[in-house]
Amino acid sequence: MYRYDAFDAAFVAERNRQFRAQVERRIDGALTEDEFKPLRLMNGLYLQLHAYMLRVAIPYGTLRGNQMDKLAEIAERWDKGYGHFTTRQNIQFNWPRLRDVPDILDALAEVEMHALQTSGNTIRNVTADHFAGAAADEVADPRPVAELIRQWSTDHPEFQFLPRKFKIAVTGSPNDRAVTAAHDIGLRIVANEAGEIGYRVLVGGGLGRTPMIGKVIADFVSGDDLLPYLEAIVSVWNLLGRRDNKYKSRIKITVHEHGIDAIRDLVEARFAEVKPEFSGVDQEMLAAITAQFAPPAFAERSTELFDAAYETDPGFRAWADTNLTAHRAPGYAIAQISLKAHGATPGDATADQMRAMADIARRFGHDELRISHEQNVVLPHVHKADLPEIHKILKAQGLATANIGLVSDIIACPGMDYCALATARSIPIAQSIATRFDELKIEHEIGDLKIKISGCINACGHHHVGHIGILGLDRAGVENYQITLGGDHTEDASLGERTGPGFSADEVVPAIETVVQTYLETRRDAEETFLETYRRVGMAPFKAALYPSKDKDTSRNEARANAA
Amino acid sequence: MPRQFTPKVVTANALLEGDVVYLAADGSWTRELSRAELLTDEADAQIRLIDAQARVDEVVGVYLADMTEGENGPEPTHFREDFRRTGPSNYRHGKQVTA
Repeated sequence: MYRYDAFDAAFVAERNRQFRAQVERRIDGALTEDEFKPLRLMNGLYLQLHAYMLRVAIPYGTLRGNQMDKLAEIAERWDKGYGHFTTRQNIQFNWPRLRDVPDILDALAEVEMHALQTSGNTIRNVTADHFAGAAADEVADPRPVAELIRQWSTDHPEFQFLPRKFKIAVTGSPNDRAVTAAHDIGLRIVANEAGEIGYRVLVGGGLGRTPMIGKVIADFVSGDDLLPYLEAIVSVWNLLGRRDNKYKSRIKITVHEHGIDAIRDLVEARFAEVKPEFSGVDQEMLAAITAQFAPPAFAERSTELFDAAYETDPGFRAWADTNLTAHRAPGYAIAQISLKAHGATPGDATADQMRAMADIARRFGHDELRISHEQNVVLPHVHKADLPEIHKILKAQGLATANIGLVSDIIACPGMDYCALATARSIPIAQSIATRFDELKIEHEIGDLKIKISGCINACGHHHVGHIGILGLDRAGVENYQITLGGDHTEDASLGERTGPGFSADEVVPAIETVVQTYLETRRDAEETFLETYRRVGMAPFKAALYPSKDKDTSRNEARANAA
Repeated sequence: MPRQFTPKVVTANALLEGDVVYLAADGSWTRELSRAELLTDEADAQIRLIDAQARVDEVVGVYLADMTEGENGPEPTHFREDFRRTGPSNYRHGKQVTA
């Protein structure tokens, strides 16, 4: 894993020193809130509904044990004993006090972490496949290039006052687990016919008010052209982007308004100008970074302990069946730790749970942890022989929920319980859905089903790409929830389609149950997933089940119209 | 016809803690909505708002929030203000703890 060099350490220390002075000047009255706000946002500090919120970057979702321990310490010392992992592989602390934030940032710096560019109109934390470096289906590890992009984009002088925020995601696998099609730039590592590694570049994806699937701007960009190519894209948008209208300022609108072909021409022209400025230093840096991401030394051991537990312990078997993914090394597995215990807040972990996960990573997992955009924690490299012991420890910490990829593994943004932008709550809806399906005991029967909930149109909960998406809105002073079906966050990304009128907070859980029951009655067999069924039969049966009386009225009206 | 003025309180977040605060009749900031001053006159409300907005070293994001008159002081008319009054609904560790 990447370790800070002297430059990184000095840079973060200097930024922290500056921010400490800025906080002092705000408190003593030398800075107004208008002057202070952009400065605090540059350092990840928001003012939310009930308190300040500090968003800490977890670059490309990768953490060491001691970093997770530090997050636990921050949660206990300066917050209320927990943290919230987000869909952008960050962690948010919901209750810091302004005076304490400089100390929190210094604590983070002790373990090579920061909150830089987790907000503001800059290039944000670069996200990546949470199985990076471990997945069996991987072309190449996306983290070295993600780290290179982090270094290039941090404090990039041209890109500190962009038209709006800018998000980049990287996947190294054909199975896209990084939602690259819903980012301003999505990078997919591919091999060309000659076997050379390069990047397919998508641009103009994004969710929010105007959801768009990213378009391919370049099929293959070679490694040494990548940074100049990215610089060209951001540079073209920096000039064209709609600074006059906040709702039209993201690159997805720029691409939509000008067309991908026109944008591609402009980017190519800009690339020709920018490329000579890259002397090759970036490639030397990338080589050095890549060396730091060398895979751990995998051991050859028997998996007998795993096999025995799998045979005899049904709880372990259920967990292994849902929470493990194939690893590239024989005898190893990728284990996901669900932060979605039924009825709990999606993505939240207590300080004790963080310490337990850090300890497991140190003892059994080559000191590596990942945060997924699905708000779970990943042990990327664990030997199967250790899994029964790991499961036992997780169970004692309330972390052994066997529901990865199932109906209760819900993405939910903080919603109106915390967020100042929210128009409705998300967390209690997620809690109620998970609790309800746990009572029904049918989530294993339902199989692969992704529910994603956002508490406003900004779509932090990725509802557009949920198999079932839920969007909370304020309709005349009452919480109202729109349901979308058929979204997909993978390499075949698609946006969900609205079922029809929304549902009140009381109605939404029964409505989701209706959708799921309709799927169970409609699917060809147990092998056909929710998404496959939806793509085969379309919206009609779900709509009929959700709005029965209205449907009867409509058919009656149609019959009357036909008769007349 | 101009829209009829509905009762309001002056609210904001405290600069140092970020807590939700309300303006009381004596000009102090209170964390309890029940102790907030309910403003029923539009001109009075605007003056209280302007004065409060000038207190930049105490609070952030001052605005007027709609309320009705309840038995125990002002009561929110919108669910957002209700959540601001009580804290998040997933844990009892917002204001509920001290309430």
